[in-house]
Amino acid sequence: METGLSVLIGLFFAVSVYLMLSRHLVRILLGIAILGNAVNLLIFTAGRLTREVPPLIPEHLYTLVTETANPLPQALVLTAIVISFSFFAFLLVLAFRAYQELGTDDANEMRVAEPEDDPLPPQGY
Amino acid sequence: MAGSNAPHVDLSQAMTTAPVSAADWLIVAPSIITILGGTIALMARKNTDAQPKVAMLFLTLLVGANGALLLHVLQKGVVTMVMGNWLPPFGIAFTADALGASLSLIASIVAWCAGLYGAVTIDGTGRRYGFYPFLLLLMTGVSGAFLTGDIFNLYVWFEVLLISSYGLLVLGNDRIQLDGTVKYGILNLIGTNLFLIATGLLYGHFGTLNMADIAMKMRELEAGGSVGPLAAVAALYFLAFAMKAAAFPVNFWLPASYHTPNVAVSAVFAGLLTKVGVYALIRVFVLIMPGARDYFADLIAVVAILTMITGGLGALAQAEVRRVFGYLVIVGIGAMLAGIAVGSLQGVAGAIFYAIHSIIVMTALYLAAGIMQLMGGSTALRKLGGLYGANPYFAGVFLVLGFAVAGLPPFSGFWPKLMLVEASIDAGRTWVAFAILASGFLTTLAIGRVWIYSFWRGGPEGVADGCAPIRLAPAAELSSPALWVPLLLLTGLVIYLGLQPEALLQLVQRGAEGVIDPSAYIRSVFGEP
Repeated sequence: METGLSVLIGLFFAVSVYLMLSRHLVRILLGIAILGNAVNLLIFTAGRLTREVPPLIPEHLYTLVTETANPLPQALVLTAIVISFSFFAFLLVLAFRAYQELGTDDANEMRVAEPEDDPLPPQGY
Repeated sequence: MAGSNAPHVDLSQAMTTAPVSAADWLIVAPSIITILGGTIALMARKNTDAQPKVAMLFLTLLVGANGALLLHVLQKGVVTMVMGNWLPPFGIAFTADALGASLSLIASIVAWCAGLYGAVTIDGTGRRYGFYPFLLLLMTGVSGAFLTGDIFNLYVWFEVLLISSYGLLVLGNDRIQLDGTVKYGILNLIGTNLFLIATGLLYGHFGTLNMADIAMKMRELEAGGSVGPLAAVAALYFLAFAMKAAAFPVNFWLPASYHTPNVAVSAVFAGLLTKVGVYALIRVFVLIMPGARDYFADLIAVVAILTMITGGLGALAQAEVRRVFGYLVIVGIGAMLAGIAVGSLQGVAGAIFYAIHSIIVMTALYLAAGIMQLMGGSTALRKLGGLYGANPYFAGVFLVLGFAVAGLPPFSGFWPKLMLVEASIDAGRTWVAFAILASGFLTTLAIGRVWIYSFWRGGPEGVADGCAPIRLAPAAELSSPALWVPLLLLTGLVIYLGLQPEALLQLVQRGAEGVIDPSAYIRSVFGEP
């Protein structure tokens, strides 16, 4: 089970890196969304895929009796999902605003902050 | 429902039963104060007059709390507080040592200065769109990152400060800011995702996220001589934090974005954000995985050298004051990485000292750039000139900051550079020592040019020296003390630390000892064995 998921995570990473290598913001953002999911799956798998038993303690007992699912990675993944989702939403709006203002979604043509025809610094003193 | 017939449960096996001492609450106070202040400032969003007052009140409280925390740490040694009273390593631990507490204090002083300065430079619109809430929440992230003792929690604080920094960076919505924020935003988010990947793998290996616990297990593992897959984890951590710290070759987001927002925002960013990355590098590579640091020492040294040299050359190639400063931030990052690459006590102490110096001086330089813009109407070197005639005292202050950033005595930049050069020569890394000195030379050239062009010469390009300079009517903001107090305070610190470095030297020495030998840190988390 872990092996299968590892291969899947590897595929996710490959796809996201491929998308992020693009110059177009939309593809970069899709790459980031997939990267976030790849990381979440990775954490989930890193916590070991144990038995599908919820970590509930039976009545009248104080400890777990059988091997159960590891709850910690799920808490971590939940945190990471919330964070990556909100960041993705922000960046999506940001990219749209940048497209509106700059008229392009090609990262190579976004040269407002660092203009290509910048004057050279003064030579000599 | 705990009925009377419920059997007795011994909680002491899972939780600390002793109440948390009042002084230990100081560990979480910085985060709580800033969240509270940020929330109140957010509620007062439309009351643009009250906002700076609320924010300054909470920033003052923050400085006070951090000062008290540092004193507490110096008296008691490393202190720990675990959320929910769970016994470590189960709860999220907040652990304050000399390194974290001193950086947190300096960070809060810098934020205080920027907040006061922002009261002048941020207009009503900027306040309505949340300058002060973002600033306070940024400080939540920064303080949390400096004080947490849990590596996943460190990631969460990174994200808190990152999302606040997005808000600050894009505040104002100019074309140039949108452009800068796109690059800053995407590259930094990828950086934190790499951090999360590394943390996931580390968790998969050790089954714990508590830094002290990992440090302990890591040392057992290294004693057994099998680091194996953890070299890959360490490589991911290095890439992630180098991206955060803007080390070569992943530094390009910094000069693309730091000159775009309001100057008060640039000042906080230049002071704090990259140093959080360096702090995380020290924490992870010196405290948690010293074996990996040894393994990667050569790589870190090469990265440090290239960072310093590209930063210096980049600064020389810029024709705009704030973009020059952006590259000077990168030079400083290289110097701190050099300390980590050397890894000796003096090297790490030098890196911490340099971080503190760099936080103060870079913020002060950006604040000065804002005043130059108000005085000369521009930040382009060709359009500036004659500022010495306008205000010779300000010219003197700028010169002090310029000498400090270049590492010339008798200012604060001299001592950490001396320590770093000495440490790298002792460790046989003469190339690193050479790069530190060469980057100091390049910095002197770059900052000297800024000073000569903006202050020394008679007027902007085209005005011959000796002509009566054309005086712009001084901007109304220039008479406000809120503009000058932060600059003078930080410059005062730069001079004081240059003349009286002894106290800070002892402090950073203690900070470095605390991360190189983690026994005090581990003892603080797990209690006496």
